[in-house]
Amino acid sequence: MSVETLIFEKGAPGRRAATMTAMDVPVEPIEDLLPANMIRKEAAPLPEVSEIEVVRHYTHLSQRNFGVDTGFYPLGSCTMKYNPKLNEDMAALPGFAHIHPLQPDETAQGAIQLMYELEQYLAEIAGMARVTLQPSAGAHGELTGLMLIKAYQESQGQGHRNLVLIPDNAHGTNPASATLADYKTIEIKTSPASGGIEVGHLRAILDEYGPNVAAIMMTNPNTLGLFDSNIVEIAQMVHEAGGQLYYDGANANAVMGITRPGDMGFDVVHFNLHKTTSTPHGGGGPGAGPIGVKEHLVPFLPWPLPAKGEQGYYWQQPEPQSIGKMRANMGNFGVLVRAYTYIRTYGPEGLLHVSQSAILNANYLREKLSQDYEIAFPLMCQHEFVATAGRQKEESGVTALDIAKRLLDFGMYAPTIYFPLIVHEAMMIEPTETETRETLDEFINVMHQIAEEARTNPEIVKTAPHTTPVGRLDQALAARKPNLRWQPGQEITH
Amino acid sequence: MSYVPNTPEDQAAMLAELGFSSLEDLLAPVPENVRLRRPLNLPPALAEPDLKRLLSGMAAKNTNLDTTISFLGAGTYDHAIPSVVPHLQRRSEFVTSYTPYQPEVSQGMLQAIYEFQTMVCQITGLDIANASLYDGATAVVEAVLLALGPGGRGEVVISEGVDPQYRTVLKTYAHARGFQVKEVPTQNGVTSLAALDEAVGPETKAVVIQQPNFFGSVEDMTAIEPIAHKGKAVFISTITEPASLGILAAPGDYNADIAVGELMSFGNPMSYGGPALGFMASKQKYMRLLPGRLVGQTVEEGGEKQTGYVLTLQTREQHIRRERATSNICTNQSLLAVGATIYLAALGKQGFRELGELCLQKAHYAFRQITALPGYEAAFSSPFFDEFVIKTPVPARQLTRHLLQKGIIGGYDLSQSYPGMENSMLFCVTETRTKEDIDTLVQALREIASSQLSEAVESGVAGGKGA
Repeated sequence: MSVETLIFEKGAPGRRAATMTAMDVPVEPIEDLLPANMIRKEAAPLPEVSEIEVVRHYTHLSQRNFGVDTGFYPLGSCTMKYNPKLNEDMAALPGFAHIHPLQPDETAQGAIQLMYELEQYLAEIAGMARVTLQPSAGAHGELTGLMLIKAYQESQGQGHRNLVLIPDNAHGTNPASATLADYKTIEIKTSPASGGIEVGHLRAILDEYGPNVAAIMMTNPNTLGLFDSNIVEIAQMVHEAGGQLYYDGANANAVMGITRPGDMGFDVVHFNLHKTTSTPHGGGGPGAGPIGVKEHLVPFLPWPLPAKGEQGYYWQQPEPQSIGKMRANMGNFGVLVRAYTYIRTYGPEGLLHVSQSAILNANYLREKLSQDYEIAFPLMCQHEFVATAGRQKEESGVTALDIAKRLLDFGMYAPTIYFPLIVHEAMMIEPTETETRETLDEFINVMHQIAEEARTNPEIVKTAPHTTPVGRLDQALAARKPNLRWQPGQEITH
Repeated sequence: MSYVPNTPEDQAAMLAELGFSSLEDLLAPVPENVRLRRPLNLPPALAEPDLKRLLSGMAAKNTNLDTTISFLGAGTYDHAIPSVVPHLQRRSEFVTSYTPYQPEVSQGMLQAIYEFQTMVCQITGLDIANASLYDGATAVVEAVLLALGPGGRGEVVISEGVDPQYRTVLKTYAHARGFQVKEVPTQNGVTSLAALDEAVGPETKAVVIQQPNFFGSVEDMTAIEPIAHKGKAVFISTITEPASLGILAAPGDYNADIAVGELMSFGNPMSYGGPALGFMASKQKYMRLLPGRLVGQTVEEGGEKQTGYVLTLQTREQHIRRERATSNICTNQSLLAVGATIYLAALGKQGFRELGELCLQKAHYAFRQITALPGYEAAFSSPFFDEFVIKTPVPARQLTRHLLQKGIIGGYDLSQSYPGMENSMLFCVTETRTKEDIDTLVQALREIASSQLSEAVESGVAGGKGA
């Protein structure tokens, strides 16, 4: 076990790394330029470190971090696929990286063209009329979509609709976004047989609350990795009740070229470009969460939208019914360049092959792991599935958390655990299409070994990890006595 | 070109083990009535060299600010990025990791974010900070939602000196969430204290002021603070140009409750405005109400008790609290936060102050030179940091075209956001502009004004009319 001190504990007074550009203009006393009460009295106590110290420090930190480039990352619903290096290089081109969002359209033709075309590609993949690239992440897309639904329903004299239906296995962002858009949520039960929505329950809810239902938010395939084959019937039921259908695109890696949310009956869809189109997660962002909508929602899209005219590409002025803007400027452009590159890399057949291969890898793991672990819904899955530690917990007290931690000892990241909430001891596994058969086999072997250990030597699993930079950390202490920043005089424990 | 490593033979063998004969067999759960039975209508696949050519061509159609002088700011600022920043930030262990849910193998990202939170506190003078938000505009919204509390109803007062895009975003959320936004006008380029005093009432939940404001003007926060705090409102300071904090009083100095804004310009490229880097810092008392991720320091369980870092206070967040979460935010802007952290470490205590001074002095030099030109005058007499508004002899829209013809990207045409300010341009001069750049701009402005004047004389439009 090792420790890296904080940057604040390094260096010495007077040390510095970056040198500043020359002061090549005549200097006036600051007191003549700014009112005394608005001048900073004490310099911000930032670190005083040399360049070599900065480089070693952050290099060491990176070495204490696990990424897709380090090893297998079977984190369910997060689609931790390989992030192509080409995409990084394209986003870093000065013509993309060093342009200002407010520079005149004629000086940003390539950027607007890229966004214009990406919008069309995503609309085609989703089966939608138009797309806005503005939302910064999936949850931001959800909120945007719900705001569009609200604006549309208000325009139809249906502004009283205040309920959003959400399956009990949905991502946590769904109910949080619904609340933020000022909706109340109703949970829809999962069918224990199919793993899809319990249609009878949905019907009962619609019978009781139908006139107040604004929308249903669904993921298909859902977080159990199962495709809800009743989707057309569900869409019909919700539409007949006057509600809209929102598609959470977190699991869109399973559907490219196979089926389209628009064809399933959805009115709004968001993409997580940092999942489906391989843009890197960056340790928690940046992402991008564009949304696609059917024709009736187009007038409400946030502005500006890219357009093409005789003079070239330009940003359209706001439509009168637009909801407004969801963020400053046009979107996470750097992420969009990567997504554009990804889609152009694959083309139509390639994207279909991506989704098929993701489904194959997931089913391969599901089948092989089922010898040691219970599978929540032992059916053919899509791009992911949910295994459980139920058997291990009953036999030896080894939990999903323990298994996740033990995996780290073998140089692999953990599955998403304790999610979806409806499955006890859940381990949600998504291998993605970018893993080799050998890596999948190695994971299967490691999972088998852990299952053996749970039987024969459970302590080694319960006390894992053993080989990581730090062992299990005291989460309770962190929450009870929060320490969210370094203060002078604060020392770390070696 | 494909990043799917398994060959058709590999896949055939895997399928055989599952008892299938083709990839198509795996799609059985998808009902026929929703299957797409045609190829997606997308351009065909391209190999890496061909794609590089295509995208380099598209990038070349954009005028980039490495090769063109620009005086645009207005919310997005061009600050030099030391080479160490991208070299370290782009290390793939950072780039290709997920939100650090498994802390034992994510100490690098967690510690970097803990350092980020600390540095945000250091530059803002506030007690705590979160791990990042999408951008400055949504950070204002999140601060306002915090101030409004559960249910999200009530009234918010915001100065018209706040970035117009931010106000548009706030109003977009306000409509959906059901809260009221009251805007306070500016006078001489700063928030009108009289109008603010009138607008803030006992029911006001939040007061939002930008420093320096959108016109670049420095607000008198010590005069604003007692007005903002005369009732129960949360006083929110918004900072879009963080270089100002090297030289201007920090939000903590003038008793702001929350500081939010934009840190993208610290170590991250402008990238046509995104990804950006929203931040939020606050007084200690708001700790359990903050949106987004928070990293905390702790120790190992059991034996060694070595220091480590974890995501903490997660019961505020959507994946635990669902519909009762403080925010719906999940993925945010971690990698940009790492960039800003490395940037601030590289600048350090001295460099950060020098950055502020360079921007301040260069902008004031440009201001003196431009206002000395015939036809150009200062729009306001308020103090400013590195942006200022100039009344121009021709509409700013036209001036932009003329400058572009001379190879210069001019300032921001304020009529786009402030109707009635047709002849007003907002110039930004950061440390990246040299004296030579500024002199080039000044010369161009001089030429434009004189050619406009002679054109006007020739066409008989002017000629004594204004005299």
